[in-house]
Amino acid sequence: MKLEKPNLLYLKNISKGDASFENKIIDILNEEFQEEVNNYYYYFKLKDYNKVKIYVHRIKHKMSILGLEKSYKLTNIFENSIRNLDFENQEYFENMLPIMLQFLKSIK
Amino acid sequence: MKAIIIDDEITARMIIKQVASNIPNLDIIADFSNAIQAIKYLNKNSVDVIFLDIHMPDFTGFDFIESLKNPPKIVLTTSDGNFALEAFEYKFVVDYLVKPVELNRFQKAIDKINTFVLVNEVPERVEQKAEPKDNSKTLYVNIDRRLVKIDIPSIYFIKAKGDYIKIKTETSNHVVHCPLKKIQEKLPNKNFLKVHRSYVINIDKIIDIEDNSVLIKQDVIPVSRVNKNELKRRLNLL
Repeated sequence: MKLEKPNLLYLKNISKGDASFENKIIDILNEEFQEEVNNYYYYFKLKDYNKVKIYVHRIKHKMSILGLEKSYKLTNIFENSIRNLDFENQEYFENMLPIMLQFLKSIK
Repeated sequence: MKAIIIDDEITARMIIKQVASNIPNLDIIADFSNAIQAIKYLNKNSVDVIFLDIHMPDFTGFDFIESLKNPPKIVLTTSDGNFALEAFEYKFVVDYLVKPVELNRFQKAIDKINTFVLVNEVPERVEQKAEPKDNSKTLYVNIDRRLVKIDIPSIYFIKAKGDYIKIKTETSNHVVHCPLKKIQEKLPNKNFLKVHRSYVINIDKIIDIEDNSVLIKQDVIPVSRVNKNELKRRLNLL
């Protein structure tokens, strides 16, 4: 499945040119994202799926901010499948993480 | 119009504040990363509107709503569209915004707030929404407008059929208009497991397991391939 590219269209749309707002959001995304990814893998290894869901949910929210509409929908399915231990779209989700990370670093 | 935001994610709070800054007469007077802080604030201050995230780790938006004695108008914000129907069971929930919040959609929510007539009643389904407690041994289900008490350890299994579920217990069977997922959330995780898309079983009631099925009482319950490993994991295998 083709992976999406993140963008800042949504942020630009709501900021209405407020660069200070955009920069603050980008700083926070950068601060939080790596830690959330680490926590996701950490709790997955421990099979603590309640915690895994929390971090998938947070990363999903960041996908929505970064204009990743398809990834957001697929991650929503992944998030809901964790409860049943189905892990649908897990591979896609995990493949998106380095792409998001790289993008966030590039706009820092 | 005075409003507060409750959301565990700082980016979500910032975004709502940003879009709210475009709305005349809407004043975001405080924002909170968890519901407990907000409850303390609301004990001393009144607000007209709460923008409330449903999906928070320890104390969900629904828990928060149930804790309020005189709720103001509430706009729910969430990344998960699956809660929409449940959200509108509460009379003071005015609107339901799916993240990421867009300005146009936010404006519509404000329009709804301005025309919404708040009925100050406790929601009818408050008791059904109580957080499942592992130590709770009873469950009340709504059958023909009566709340019928069910002893949770006595449940053999629950079977989904269309919009209904059948609860089979040691003493009786009940048919209830409710999704399987909803009742599963009310049952203790350590005893109850969804083994098939139509079945949640009480693990303590299993008599034996064979291939892709379990025997409970005299009923053979199918076990999906995807759920089989989890079932095995839960058993005290020799």
